[in-house]
Amino acid sequence: MAITAVAFYTLATITIVSAFLVIAARNPVHSVLFLILTFFTTAGLFVLMGAEFLAMLLVVVYVGAVAVLFLFVVMMLDIDFAELKRGFLSYLPLGGLIGVILVAQFLLVGSAWVSPENAARSPAEFGEGGTAEALGRILYTEYVLVFQLSGMVLFTAMIGAIVLTLRQREGVKRQNVATQVGRRRTEAVVLKDVKPGEGI
Amino acid sequence: MNPEISAEMVVASLRLMAPETFLAVYALFLAVLGAFVGDRGARALSTLTALVLVVAAVGSVIYAPLERTEAFNGAIVVDPLTAWAKGGLLLLAAFAVQMASVVFARDGSARFEYPLLVTLAALGMCIMIGANDLITMYLGIELNALAAYVLAAFRRDDSRSSEAGLKYFVLSAISSGLLLYGASLVYGFTGAVRFADIAAAADPDNVGLIFGLVFVLCGLAFKISAAPFHMWAPDVYEGAPAPVTAFFATASKIAGVILMARILMEPFGDLHDRWVQVISVIAGVSMIVGSLGALVQTNLRRLMAYSSIANIGYVLMALAAGSQLGVQAALLYLALYLPVTLAMFAGILALRRQGEDLERIGDLSGLARNHPFMATCFTMLLFSLAGVPPLVGFFGKLAAFQATLDAGLVVLAIVGALATVVSAAYYLRIIKVMWFDEPVARMEPAGPTLAVTLAAGTVLSFPVLVVLLGPLETAVRAMSALYGP
Repeated sequence: MAITAVAFYTLATITIVSAFLVIAARNPVHSVLFLILTFFTTAGLFVLMGAEFLAMLLVVVYVGAVAVLFLFVVMMLDIDFAELKRGFLSYLPLGGLIGVILVAQFLLVGSAWVSPENAARSPAEFGEGGTAEALGRILYTEYVLVFQLSGMVLFTAMIGAIVLTLRQREGVKRQNVATQVGRRRTEAVVLKDVKPGEGI
Repeated sequence: MNPEISAEMVVASLRLMAPETFLAVYALFLAVLGAFVGDRGARALSTLTALVLVVAAVGSVIYAPLERTEAFNGAIVVDPLTAWAKGGLLLLAAFAVQMASVVFARDGSARFEYPLLVTLAALGMCIMIGANDLITMYLGIELNALAAYVLAAFRRDDSRSSEAGLKYFVLSAISSGLLLYGASLVYGFTGAVRFADIAAAADPDNVGLIFGLVFVLCGLAFKISAAPFHMWAPDVYEGAPAPVTAFFATASKIAGVILMARILMEPFGDLHDRWVQVISVIAGVSMIVGSLGALVQTNLRRLMAYSSIANIGYVLMALAAGSQLGVQAALLYLALYLPVTLAMFAGILALRRQGEDLERIGDLSGLARNHPFMATCFTMLLFSLAGVPPLVGFFGKLAAFQATLDAGLVVLAIVGALATVVSAAYYLRIIKVMWFDEPVARMEPAGPTLAVTLAAGTVLSFPVLVVLLGPLETAVRAMSALYGP
């Protein structure tokens, strides 16, 4: 029990500190690296809660794909982040006001909170197979329609991306495997007898 | 906690959702077929898709169950109302595909992805209509919206089209955020996603739940372009390719309004006194903004956008009544209004001079002298939209006002009546331009598809003297009885 507590507080501290550093760091590359660290430690927190599938997902999807993609964008694009951050303070009064309103609203909603019975189930209840198996079982039975519909949504997104970006350019050289393979030695190589000191 | 779903239940559910299943399989098939045929076969694939959509529409109506049936453990509901609504919207989608195939062939930009995206959007709308829980609802909306963004930006070399797509995407993403936030609050405070379970757990004094409800309604109001969430509509209607605009202005309205009616009447039916102000304000502002905004427009498509905002206002005014009568009036209004709108867009698409599409009101100048048929059709459609008595638009408005007054929302009804007077001004202005201004050069011939659509819509704008209106009203009454009190 003591080990779990130590692990929790360590991971939680690192999460909060690195999350803060994401917005505080001067160098955008450092920001993204801190973001990745935040994801890792959050995954650790999920493991502590017994939600190992979510932990896996977080590492695979967010660290593996999203964050690395961010890193590439940050490194590839020539964005002057110092320029972007310049007017930061002048927005503070308005931003602060909106922030205060938001917090007030959250408190208002939070005060009305009554925990429904079925929300109290902890991931540890799922038994042998753990959360991955439990999620899989429910996704392919109870939520099979939703699962398939999500597939259609992704299909639409894919078609849309192709429609909007694929262009047939003129004069693009394409590899033609058949011509490449069907080429003979006589068409491709010419034997020249080059005399020394004269060139072709 | 939930009963397991067996393979037999999945098959039975899929059979119940036959139109959706059919469309989903067809969309996958079309993607493969299109990849092989390429854009040269776009015209043929459009015709095939229009046929498939008509078949799905007919199938949906013929195989409609006689009473409320639930598929996938209550995630989707199928009843005569959803079946007829799906039939109507698939038919409108078929028109959108067919009209687009004519228009794209004119400027040689036909691509096979167009029918595919319309099919996917129609599939999303069918899911929206049948949705019976928050998750299915959201997925239906997103499936429809994702296809819609791409359709709006379909002419990617045209800066206005790209702008329309981008604006639609950004604003729609924000509204999806509102909707999801609201849905999460509703789930958090009731512990349920199924509409029936939410209704059972809904407590009118729960601030959090009301908060969530308002967010959900705002998100939905955006999707049907009700003011004050209408900012995207004029730009998207103007910038998107015209057949796409026709699709947005007709088919998406059916899906959005039926989903809105279901949300209001089923999960939150008992909370009527909580949401009545929200819906009344949205309805009133929509009618005012729609009518006043249209007054200053010179572009026909922007004018239609404002007109659709105003008309959604009347539909919401009927829904604000929160009664059987209100839902009835809203459905009747939609059923009468949509064919007229479709015909208006067919007419606008037919306006073409020297290879250039016309969309300004001034271009209609003297249309009556050169093209008396077209001008007569336009005039009847505009009179119907303005709500002049012998035409169907009048009966729709009559029903909406009846329901509103019946529920005691007098102020809202007065705002609606004033907005009707204002809107008559801009509809009449177009009629004046067509009949009394000096004619310009002749238009190009419209071609059969557009002419037939225009004529059919015009015929439908007469109540085909009570013959059609009688059964329609009975049908609408029977369908609205499926909603709660």
